[in-house]
Amino acid sequence: MNAPLLELEKATIQFGGLTAVSGLSFSIGEGELVGIIGPNGAGKTTAFNMITGVYQPTSGTIRFLGKNTLGVRPNRLAGAGIARTFQNIRLFRSLSVLDNIRVAARLHNGEGYFSALWRGKGWLKAEVETEKNALELLEIFNLADQRDELAISLPYGDQRRLEIVRALATRPRLLLLDEPAAGMNPAEKDDLMRLIRFVKDRYHLAVLLVEHDMKVVMGICQRIAVLEYGIKIAEGSPKEIQVHPKVIEAYLGAAAV
Amino acid sequence: MAFPGAKRWLLLGIALAILASYLSPQFNRYYLGVIIDVGIAIILATSLNLINGHTGQFSLGHAGFMAVGGFFSAWVSLHAGASVDAVWYFPLVLIAGGLLAAAVGLLVGVPSLRLRGDYLAIVTLGFGEIIRVVAQNTEAIGAASGLKGIPKLTNLGWTFGFAAISVYAISALVNSTYGRAFIAVHDDEIAAESNGIDTTRTKVIAFVTGAFFAGIAGGLYAHHKQFLSPTGFDWLKSIDIVVMVILGGMGRTAGVIAAAILLTLMPEFLREFSEYRMIIYALLIILLMLLRPAGLFAINLKRRRHS
Amino acid sequence: MDWFFQQLINGLGLGAIYALIALGYTMVYGVLRFINFAHSDVLMLGAFTAFYIAPKIEKLSGSQSALGCIMVFILAAAVCAIIGMLIERLAYRPLRNRPKLTVLITAIGVSLLIEFTAQNEKVFGAAPQPFPQLLPEHALHWGALVVSSNDVLTVSVTTVLLVAMWWIVQKTRIGTAMRAVSYNQQAAYLMGVPVDRIISFTFGLGSALAAIAGVLYAIKAPGIEPLMGVQPGLRAFVAAVLGGIGNLPGAVLGGVLLGLLETFAGGISGLSNYRDAIAFGILILILLLKPAGLLGRSSVEKV
Repeated sequence: MNAPLLELEKATIQFGGLTAVSGLSFSIGEGELVGIIGPNGAGKTTAFNMITGVYQPTSGTIRFLGKNTLGVRPNRLAGAGIARTFQNIRLFRSLSVLDNIRVAARLHNGEGYFSALWRGKGWLKAEVETEKNALELLEIFNLADQRDELAISLPYGDQRRLEIVRALATRPRLLLLDEPAAGMNPAEKDDLMRLIRFVKDRYHLAVLLVEHDMKVVMGICQRIAVLEYGIKIAEGSPKEIQVHPKVIEAYLGAAAV
Repeated sequence: MAFPGAKRWLLLGIALAILASYLSPQFNRYYLGVIIDVGIAIILATSLNLINGHTGQFSLGHAGFMAVGGFFSAWVSLHAGASVDAVWYFPLVLIAGGLLAAAVGLLVGVPSLRLRGDYLAIVTLGFGEIIRVVAQNTEAIGAASGLKGIPKLTNLGWTFGFAAISVYAISALVNSTYGRAFIAVHDDEIAAESNGIDTTRTKVIAFVTGAFFAGIAGGLYAHHKQFLSPTGFDWLKSIDIVVMVILGGMGRTAGVIAAAILLTLMPEFLREFSEYRMIIYALLIILLMLLRPAGLFAINLKRRRHS
Repeated sequence: MDWFFQQLINGLGLGAIYALIALGYTMVYGVLRFINFAHSDVLMLGAFTAFYIAPKIEKLSGSQSALGCIMVFILAAAVCAIIGMLIERLAYRPLRNRPKLTVLITAIGVSLLIEFTAQNEKVFGAAPQPFPQLLPEHALHWGALVVSSNDVLTVSVTTVLLVAMWWIVQKTRIGTAMRAVSYNQQAAYLMGVPVDRIISFTFGLGSALAAIAGVLYAIKAPGIEPLMGVQPGLRAFVAAVLGGIGNLPGAVLGGVLLGLLETFAGGISGLSNYRDAIAFGILILILLLKPAGLLGRSSVEKV
């Protein structure tokens, strides 16, 4: 087996006296679809923030493509191939749908300050190319018709989808989705599951998913890690997790065991 | 396509500026002076709009950069002597003043742009005031009494030529994929970072670009008024520019230009009430914030805010 | 050595005034999270209120009497408390849920409005006017050291007020409510705290402190004029940030430190021209090195 794409080794983060994530070891290989579940406040989003460089682990290491990511800024990690969405959708509110994608595609646009000022032939070519790629992406996800609308004027489900498309425009190798099904109805959740599988296969990505909705997690993840109070209490296939005594205890309380 | 022929507008602007400078002897001297004031205000307001409006980094120290460019170019002019007659001299010294202002902008921007919101506003205000105090204590530029007898080199052509260039440059930047980063930083820094944008660098670039054009505006101002005093660049001057940007609607180039024109002409219209002029101005700021915080011209807020 | 102690005494006198003003900045920041730019103008209004009522009080209670002096302080504080509450009600409350910068600009507008109105010849006029002597001034000698009775007055008034503030904030019902609003406005509202009234009260209290500081400042200053509040206001703001904005003991610490620092720097020739720059330099340094201030706590942004 190849070296894993992302590897956490005893990653720990403390805020003041509070240990939000403690000794988390965990890895994800190319093309895998892995879920992280756990009760509220278990440290799932914090783990995401460590992986994407928003927070720095207090101790332990995180390696992406074999390289230690300690001290690497989120924008560098995005350039290296880690993309993410946010629990509380963070679209660029004064930009159109298309421009939201263009911002992410800027990583591959290649034009700089002075060429943007001069607007020469090379610049124009790059701009046309960027726009074409962005439109293609929007086309695939049925958002091309709304290209000129303000991103935040889209319906909620479309906003969630647009955030995933924007993440894809950075051309990631690892996509982190933070509660993508939050606030969706059952039909939308089914669409989302299809979408995640489709994205993973079409763009050959590894996907790491934080989700509360068991149906979604159990339905698409190949492997699941369970966090409670910042500690990984279990890891395994959906079937193993469903019957794991510690997991049942964490979710239903000790009495249920 | 989303790429309008912005360069054509630049050429048109410069052509109009040249035409205007040929016609300018026809104008009344007083009106000519006011029109040049308007041109300088347009440069100041559009350049601050890049920082405060598009990039959302609230700076209250723009007058400081104007002072750097103004004092430097005036000092050069007072020492340059005969070469002042050459045609190429003036644009060159203006650009030199702009570059020095940009360098100071870099020095100020790198440390302060880590701060946000009102803290950033206060720190930039502080830097602006420090620049003024330093100017007040520097003998080479006349210390507290300032510089007198600066040659009158500013005319309609140079003023509106540089105004056209600054409007072009800032719109061209913002309306490119490269420059969408400014707006992304304005909207959400964390999302911008996670989409590959170096937010610190983007903010510093906006700041330095804005400082450059403020420096040029300072040079034009110095060679227009022919007299510079450090107290003319205190934080009230910065507030004036900020009010133009807010009145025009942050991040709306056309609105900001209109506001720059309006606010420069306003004192001329209020000449009869000169006693109450500043009171009216202060009331205007408060009412604007209470009633139209998105700017005087904010009508179709929902569509294309940054164009 | 004498020079050192003399500067220390002068610095404390100045620092005490900064601390009083800084308390107002910090309290308002505590409940509303914004910098009340007009605070320094309330200080000026306090001095002018005293300027206009002192002669009238004098007729009632005799020249330079202690009772008259106390009356002047109380009236100036009361007038400014009302002005402060009015400013909040008219200019800031309608903006409560708007972006912070909108409120900041409004505050600057209010400040300019007060200053320009006061400068109008029909109001106070721009020229400095001599402030009446409220109490006879003595110079107390202590070896080679000279202490002005005004400095003693300043430091004692400040100390009394600081203790009173601490008591109000920590020990009274309304103080508990202030802390609740400061901690979480929404939650305080849901718990039945009358948020509007608490904010109004905080503005009143802060403005009263500013007025007293204004009178103390005017006693020491050669004259009073509409822009007299700008410089001390600015220093006090720096003091509040230095101590950790929103933190009451921090404001006092910052005020005293800044007063001392400035007095010592002013005593060194060559540096005195840069006094403004020094205050701002300190401000910038703190914000860059320890933005939460000396006594403040930093927070992590939630993503």
